[in-house]
Amino acid sequence: MRSAFSGGRVALMPYLTAGFPTLEGAREVGEAYVAAGADVIEIGVPFSDPLADGPTIQDTTTRALENGADLEYCLELASGLADRVPVVFLVYYNVIFARGIEGFLEAAAGAGVSGLVIPDLPVDEAVDFREMAAERGVAICPLAAPTTDDARLDRIAEAASGFVYCVSVAGVTGAREKLPPGAIELLRRVRARASAPVALGFGISSAQAAVEAASEADGVIIGSKLMQIVAEEGPEGAARWLRGVREALDSEARTKVGGRN
Amino acid sequence: MQQKSKDTSYFGPFGGRYVPETLIHALEELEEAYERYRDDPEFVEELNGLARDFVGRPTPLMFAERLTREWGGANVWFKREDLAHTGAHKINNALGQMLLAERMGKERIIAETGAGQHGVATATVAALYGRECVVYMGEEDTRRQAPNVLRMKLLGAEVRPVTTGSGTLKAALNEAIRDWVTNVENTHYIIGTVAGPAPYPRIVRDLQIVIGRELEFQARERFGRDPDAIVACVGGGSNAIGAFHPFVGRGGVRLVGVEAAGRGLETGEHGASLTGGEPGVLHGSMSYVLQTEDGQIREAHSISAGLDYPSVGPEHAYLKDEGLVEYASVTDEAALEAFVETTRLEGIIPALETSHAISHAAQVARELGPGKNVVINLSGRGDKDIGVVAEAIGMDAHEAEVASGDG
Repeated sequence: MRSAFSGGRVALMPYLTAGFPTLEGAREVGEAYVAAGADVIEIGVPFSDPLADGPTIQDTTTRALENGADLEYCLELASGLADRVPVVFLVYYNVIFARGIEGFLEAAAGAGVSGLVIPDLPVDEAVDFREMAAERGVAICPLAAPTTDDARLDRIAEAASGFVYCVSVAGVTGAREKLPPGAIELLRRVRARASAPVALGFGISSAQAAVEAASEADGVIIGSKLMQIVAEEGPEGAARWLRGVREALDSEARTKVGGRN
Repeated sequence: MQQKSKDTSYFGPFGGRYVPETLIHALEELEEAYERYRDDPEFVEELNGLARDFVGRPTPLMFAERLTREWGGANVWFKREDLAHTGAHKINNALGQMLLAERMGKERIIAETGAGQHGVATATVAALYGRECVVYMGEEDTRRQAPNVLRMKLLGAEVRPVTTGSGTLKAALNEAIRDWVTNVENTHYIIGTVAGPAPYPRIVRDLQIVIGRELEFQARERFGRDPDAIVACVGGGSNAIGAFHPFVGRGGVRLVGVEAAGRGLETGEHGASLTGGEPGVLHGSMSYVLQTEDGQIREAHSISAGLDYPSVGPEHAYLKDEGLVEYASVTDEAALEAFVETTRLEGIIPALETSHAISHAAQVARELGPGKNVVINLSGRGDKDIGVVAEAIGMDAHEAEVASGDG
């Protein structure tokens, strides 16, 4: 998966909720993301009680569950994309636990899922899980928050076999006007410690915010904003918007003469 | 599941801290504050003083003479938590956590509530300490427990109805946690039961242990020995843990937790996580959870809003697996019968939650037989439930007036 971050440009990491707006529609969203130049696609596995998510993603997961988006479907969806772009699952821990940790990891690896973001499995609870995932070649992408202290950041940096998912703000997912002030500071603190790539997510909802994040991040994750566009304009609208972000990022990188390495 | 029992965050394999990273700092801060103040003489004195003067502790242990006769078994005793200020045991926890929040410098208090008893208790202590208070309550529950919504508002709290999911306690907890993630710097979340991420299950238990300690003393005073059985209802399980804890592992005391069987365990519409659930993770801890094969959390059902929850405190999961406490379940219908019976025979209107414990205690009393003593933790008063009960049993205030001839 790290190859996704090695192209000398900031990785574009769009999120989609598996099964939203429909089972078939989510496939179209994935295809649209690939066509728009996504470097990593983050697939949200629907869960009934998504604690870390704001209203937009909550609505999409409720719809997805009504549409029958179970784990088997999510695995198929991943497998249909993973041959062209690295796929990461955003999945709440109970979905993994209910399936059985080993069974889940094997199914994920079999579907070509490169990494896992588990919003309710902090590093303390993930010690054994990490080893089991490593054995099956599935990368762990732990979260770091503005409230995380330095000692924990050290452990999070060490635990990251995929990328470190920096949460831009103390809060839940959801489109926000501007990049919160603490986001860049967090990216710097993580970058100073982690050998893994560092991505920023939660609330990036404009090309300008993505460009700002790109000054310190190896990747930008965009979720709620894209789900809003999918709901209103469909996959093509999301692809158009994403291309705009890609262009803004590339144009910014060119003006920086080679950018940051 | 691996054993992690060395850590105070776990009860055997249960418990833990399965929360978004943003909250870890706040949980560590809470744990530090709790370790610092729990035995601090000034903290203990303030808590005990308010428990006495504001809450009205100790609550009495009362002999339920007519129920004893009616059931024809063991002597039946009520531990009268319904007489605590605000009408339930919930105030014990809310008060203790308020004192902690004050020492941590948190200006804003949030809580979730099902039946409204915890919301009222939290709004009450927030009023006492002059703090801003927001209570999340499922929209369905705001209808079922309308009197408690008014009480909270009168106490100055903002009640935010939650419309997601079935609009009950589970959804209220989700929203409270989301609020906390967002406002963690200035906000303390007073969780209402022994669930949630560590250190909450331990803190809430410690604050409710006062029930069991008083009970132990009063039992010796009244009948010269430990009770032969203690029966308590279990939703999240805070009143039960409080009443049981001093007696856990002590020979000769049967500890019985009673869950909500709703419309019947076989219908799938119930709140009996321990009896009808599987281990899983919800709201920050590993415990027994009502869920589908895919790990989606199911909606619970109970006529009592306080038991309408698809999980249970992790310590109960441990006590069940270790065989230290037995767990039974009681249907909506049986709980209603116990509600009516207790009201008519003892002149006490018990909460619908509590009525589950009373219903099952009848069986325990008969099993034990005369001369033995069974204590029911009468966790709350049922004034809040009279609307639900009247509707369920087809009672009409107007008809009653006409019938009694004084209308």
